Amino acid sequence: MTPLLEVRDLKKYFKSRAGLLHAVDGVSFTLEKGKTLGVVGESGCGKTTLGRTVLHLIEPTDGQIFFEGKDITRPKKRELRKLREQMQIIFQDPFSSLDPRMTVSEAIMEPLILKGGMSRAAMHAEVRQLMDTVGLATRLENSYPHELDGGRRQRIGIARALALKPKFIVCDEPVSALDVSIQAQVINLMLDLQEERGLAYMFVTHDLSVVKYISNDIMVMYLGQVVEKAPADELFANLRHPYSKALLSAIPIPSIHNRKERILLTGEITSPINPKPGCRFMTRCRYAREECNKPQKLEECAPGHFVSCCCYKEINDLEEVNKA
Amino acid sequence: MADTLLDIRNLAVQYQTDDATIYAVNNINLAIRQGETIGIVGETGAGKTTIAKSIMRILPNPQGKIVSGEIRFKDQNLLDLPEKEMQKVRGNQIAMIFQDPMTALNPIETVGYQIAEAIRRHNKITQAEADRRACDMLETVGIPMDRFGEYPHQFSGGMKQRVVIAMALACNPELLLADEPTTALDVTIQAQVLDMMRSLKEKFKTSVMLITHDLGVVAEFCETVAVTYSGEIVERGTVEHIFDNPQHPYTLGLFGSLPKLDTKDRRLKPIKGMMPDPTNLPIGCRFRDRCPDAIEACAAAPPDVETEPGHIVKCVRAKEKGGAAV
Repeated sequence: MTPLLEVRDLKKYFKSRAGLLHAVDGVSFTLEKGKTLGVVGESGCGKTTLGRTVLHLIEPTDGQIFFEGKDITRPKKRELRKLREQMQIIFQDPFSSLDPRMTVSEAIMEPLILKGGMSRAAMHAEVRQLMDTVGLATRLENSYPHELDGGRRQRIGIARALALKPKFIVCDEPVSALDVSIQAQVINLMLDLQEERGLAYMFVTHDLSVVKYISNDIMVMYLGQVVEKAPADELFANLRHPYSKALLSAIPIPSIHNRKERILLTGEITSPINPKPGCRFMTRCRYAREECNKPQKLEECAPGHFVSCCCYKEINDLEEVNKA
Repeated sequence: MADTLLDIRNLAVQYQTDDATIYAVNNINLAIRQGETIGIVGETGAGKTTIAKSIMRILPNPQGKIVSGEIRFKDQNLLDLPEKEMQKVRGNQIAMIFQDPMTALNPIETVGYQIAEAIRRHNKITQAEADRRACDMLETVGIPMDRFGEYPHQFSGGMKQRVVIAMALACNPELLLADEPTTALDVTIQAQVLDMMRSLKEKFKTSVMLITHDLGVVAEFCETVAVTYSGEIVERGTVEHIFDNPQHPYTLGLFGSLPKLDTKDRRLKPIKGMMPDPTNLPIGCRFRDRCPDAIEACAAAPPDVETEPGHIVKCVRAKEKGGAAV
């Protein structure tokens, strides 16, 4: 079966005064209909740029993107317009992603107007339907975003993304700005919508516990590159890359028992401008050695589980010994 | 208690807007012992930051107003102090760290100068001596001394927060109010900063009030916890009480909403509905409309019930489990 979305060796470089900034550097993945790909990483790892490049909100520097088997790497203007109906995005910040001068119904209707071919009455009916789907009360139709709280605003963002019945949605940190009790409501809504409509999500986040919840596959990114990629359960059961391990161990667990050992990373993320060819995590890695200066490539360490670390086997053996 | 450092009694704070009164903090009682680390947990709008700002007396003027209560710091009521006296407490005996390190620093002064400024404000010493102590503080928070003359924009987010912490601890305060100190940081950097704060707290024997929405941070950092909701403390106790034996339905709901790393469930259990409008608070229990266990008695103001020694729950139903009202 052709996957819904296939991305091959995607690159996005930005020119900056100091040199070439490698925001996304050779990322490949496939995504099936109705599945979720989680993309995890910290600020500056390129996860947002990746999402936007796939949607052509930013043009890729190199690589290929296929949607339903068709090459859409360099679409013509008209093609792109059609494509946008199929691929949508939900933004992180429900406060700045909505036009403050549009009412709720105007905001949700905007994509329908842009697509055209619907009567005013039909659009109104559709907007009500969408509001109902995402759990917004009809009485809020004529409210403005500033009158609503973050959770409701994010529901408007979701309704807008759903308006044209897309097959694929990039969710860029859709719940990071929300309180936990509201976050749970929105995540459940997104799971329901996925089940009903067979949506495929690319879920971009810095929060490993959220991503585990909703993803089928997870990619961990560091400085523009994928360092580890695996089905969600497999990844959490058998973390291989030293960065993924540190990332997981850094999450504060809301329990006072089973204290885990924390891997405290020293230093901070290095610059993505003109990176050296070797492993980009090397400067913070406690296992770094000579070989790490060579370019790293993703290697399959278990079925479907890929890791980009030349010494993952040795590290694993070493940790086993230390444990015993 | 003899070793009580800060004692908040019946504190109520309101904000006045053009067309409504916001009831931000409603008669809370809270004590912090010497050397204690207490976590104040709650969601946006629960009144956490307002509590801290009331202690520092930096509520927005004229909108924010303390309408009743006492804040006793050692032997004095901070609310009775003239502003001049309060300035000697602020930054010296009680210091505060703000959430966003990007806006807490002055962009046109060097970080070294800003730390030294705090020291000079409260100590009669020369600039050279203040600079020397500022250098020491930088080293203490893990920033090399030679970055003394750099400006905030030359630092990353984690480094800026370290500078802010250095500034707050420069005068060796007895109480540190940390308002979401790591929320703006990435998790690996958050781990570094929390680790550093923990060792500094032990080194300087500072009492800390940590305000956060992250229960994970509380579990790792605090000894006692107060859960806030709609301007009230709905549950308080030791971390063991709150994490092993949560009693208030809101606390239980918060734990249920968290995505867990070790479960197979595909659905979260959110709390239904939203926090009540702070300009129009319901009478009786504020959580009643969202509470799965609400009964008729919840229409009256809920009592504080002690379910086990030191574990206080603001819920009328806690009595059914053998708790006694306090």
